[in-house]
Amino acid sequence: MDFDDTRNQAAFRRSARSWLEAHAEPRAPGDPGPGNMPESVDAADVAAAKAWQQKKAGAGWACIGWPVEYGGRGATPIEEVIWAEEEARFRTPPDLMIDGHRTCAPTVMAHGSSEQKQRWLPAMLSGGEIWCQLYSEPSAGSDLAGLRTAAVRDGDTWVVNGQKVWTSHAQYSDWGLLLARHDPGVPKHAGLTCFVVDMHAPGVDVRPLRQITGGHGFNEVFLDNVRVPDDCRLGGVGEGWRVAITSLMNERSASLGDGGVDQVRDLLRFMKTVALENRPAIEDPALRERWADFHARARGVELTGKRTLTALSRGETPGPEMSLMKLVSGRLLQEVAHFAMDLTGASGGLAGDALTSSGVDWAAQYLGAAGLRIAGGTDEVLRNIIAERVLDLPREVRADKDIAFKDIPAG
Amino acid sequence: MNFDFSDDQKLLRQAVRRYLEAHAPLSLCREALESGQGVSRALWEGAAELGWLGAAIPEAYGGGGFGRLALAVIAEELGRCLAPVPFSSSVCLATEALLLAGSGAQKERYLPGLAQGRCTGTFAFAETPGQSGLDSVRARVEDGRLTGRKRLVLDGGLADFAVVVALDSGRPVLVLADLSGPAVQRRPLASFDPSRPQAELRFLEAPVEGLGGGDSAAPLIERLLDGAAVLMAMEQLGGAARALEITRDFAVQRHAFGRPIGGFQAIKHRLADRWCDVELARSNAWYGAWALAQGSVDELREAACLARIAGCDAFTGMSEDMVEIHGGIGFTWEADCHLFYRRARLLSAALGNAAFWKRRLADRMARDAA
Ligand SMILES: Cc1cc2nc3c(=O)[nH]c(=O)nc-3n(C[C@H](O)[C@H](O)[C@H](O)COP(=O)(O)OP(=O)(O)OC[C@H]3O[C@@H](n4cnc5c(N)ncnc54)[C@H](O)[C@@H]3O)c2cc1C
Repeated sequence: MDFDDTRNQAAFRRSARSWLEAHAEPRAPGDPGPGNMPESVDAADVAAAKAWQQKKAGAGWACIGWPVEYGGRGATPIEEVIWAEEEARFRTPPDLMIDGHRTCAPTVMAHGSSEQKQRWLPAMLSGGEIWCQLYSEPSAGSDLAGLRTAAVRDGDTWVVNGQKVWTSHAQYSDWGLLLARHDPGVPKHAGLTCFVVDMHAPGVDVRPLRQITGGHGFNEVFLDNVRVPDDCRLGGVGEGWRVAITSLMNERSASLGDGGVDQVRDLLRFMKTVALENRPAIEDPALRERWADFHARARGVELTGKRTLTALSRGETPGPEMSLMKLVSGRLLQEVAHFAMDLTGASGGLAGDALTSSGVDWAAQYLGAAGLRIAGGTDEVLRNIIAERVLDLPREVRADKDIAFKDIPAG
Repeated sequence: MNFDFSDDQKLLRQAVRRYLEAHAPLSLCREALESGQGVSRALWEGAAELGWLGAAIPEAYGGGGFGRLALAVIAEELGRCLAPVPFSSSVCLATEALLLAGSGAQKERYLPGLAQGRCTGTFAFAETPGQSGLDSVRARVEDGRLTGRKRLVLDGGLADFAVVVALDSGRPVLVLADLSGPAVQRRPLASFDPSRPQAELRFLEAPVEGLGGGDSAAPLIERLLDGAAVLMAMEQLGGAARALEITRDFAVQRHAFGRPIGGFQAIKHRLADRWCDVELARSNAWYGAWALAQGSVDELREAACLARIAGCDAFTGMSEDMVEIHGGIGFTWEADCHLFYRRARLLSAALGNAAFWKRRLADRMARDAA
């Protein structure tokens, strides 16, 4: 057991840091981290994100875990983490390409033809093209395989009609990874096919949705007679579910983050400044205990990530146990933000950071955390995954098994 | 970075588990509990023979010199089978105290016997219910004689000697007290888990010798408790993981409304949450074990608290759900659920409860961040 860098890793860390020092400003304590999305992304944000990605790509620091042939350097999972740790010390634009790089790209790598990989991956890596994930629909989220968007073959192209929703990044994306139904006459999982859709094609209509934060992160996407060439089909006809599973697994395992340790540390700082009955909150034993409980959970998630990383570095593939990370930290971040707001008494009903000036907008975090518990699989769905695939408990009772999709009762 | 046990340690785990599967079924814990003996001599002797008691004792003193990670592995496995042996008191506290602070002569006198299981020690600290800090200590040493009352001494009824926290001219010290002499009175207490007995010790000018020098033993006591907390967290982890396995198996086999109860989402989700608790406890306890083995006091200060907090959470929560998910049978004396329920409660109280370790963590982190 050890937590030290090996000699090679230490050298890698040094070279990453020296490149970053030459090309970015160090992050000040209050600066938002790379995962923090602005309320609304404007053209300048997109340009900045693309420029930063291009700069990294030019120096070989973009998507370093990808194979060399697509522009990566075939770095190990540990090197990827080292890079992420180092990059997080610097002020960088919000990462608008995260879904493309972490979710869509592995899916293209696993299921794409070699032409498809050459066509899409290098452009994704260099920041030239942004991707989004067109999966959820108004009546298909947790039950994703119940989606209705239709893809009908017409010679060498497919004609797509339907509606996607909650699509993050769609408003500035160039490509969308689409899951659609090519055959409603077979059981629901069997009738799905995956495509890559040009988001600038005629018939693609992206409309902003306002989130509970007030900002605009996700969208609804209407697809009206959109023509998708057959060479943009990813995987075989009827293999859509298998393709989608690759991206869902990657989405859930992507968050090898620190589990909320940063936020819990911010909370400690906050508890030293905010006064409760004439003394700093940190001096109240009951509140100290709550803080310690948060910290132990956050560190537990972070350390569980290190166990996973150890497994990855031995070539093992992390499985359903990865669901723990998001399940525990989503709930934790919500509790932490709520607790912080509660410390301010009646002011805890205010938005923003007006009264406490702690440098942390707990109200925004409280709003944002609610979304974390839904995006990429709700808490309940993650619990089902753990119960069924880790603990091997009986599967959910399915009312739609072996029935042609068109005959499944809906409402 | 490599956050896993080594191949050797994994082999050790396999060997320990195999031995315990054969020699420490849950019925052994039950016997210890029902007989009022509170200990299985046979298992203790077996553990000694296999070198578990001396795993962290250097070879020069009759131990195996395998280090703290090996000790952590053994603690977890003993926790899995609710072993009725004085491992935490004698190995994780008394032996560790001697290793940390004993003079050469003291080590020579005690360690070989401890390694062989010929003698057992314990640790006597708490005096006042509800208080776990040094400032609650009243026992005092004058001219090499100890006077005072120690409540809640784990295995205090059977240990041969105790490492006692006392005051000497107002400053905290550690002393070694022989418990067989006439100046020591022992009174067994009603333990919530009789397979882990507790006693009250009264010292009436009992002859003692100092353990460790220096102005104040406070840092030494902190370090000792931190290490023991990590090892106890491993024990808690083992107990919680085993309770989860048993409960999961029961939920698959027990039917209601025409299907296994493990198919009901209320049960599935509860077990999924408990599994998360167990995994968090595992990660935190391993980190603690690493910090302990590493000998880095700074990291141990945080890691011990993390391990202990997560261990208490996981084992308590899991043992409560274990009884509940078993239904009526879970509430019977015959079912094994209460063995876990009792052990979880006892381990949560020993060494200071979760609240104590939470305050300790917050104090340390707030100070370090300042
Ligand atoms: C911030 C954010 C960003 C997102 N970005 C994207 C994106 O880029 N692309 C994309 O395709 N999607 C995206 N989503 C959509 C997200 O994947 C879905 O919202 C999510 O999977 C839940 O689906 P739903 O909204 O249809 O809720 P439903 O599935 O209708 O769920 C409603 C409630 O029912 C519960 N429930 C459902 N099924 C079960 C069950 N079997 N057992 C127990 N409870 C159940 C759920 O847990 C939930 O509490 C995003 C969502 C959010 C919040």
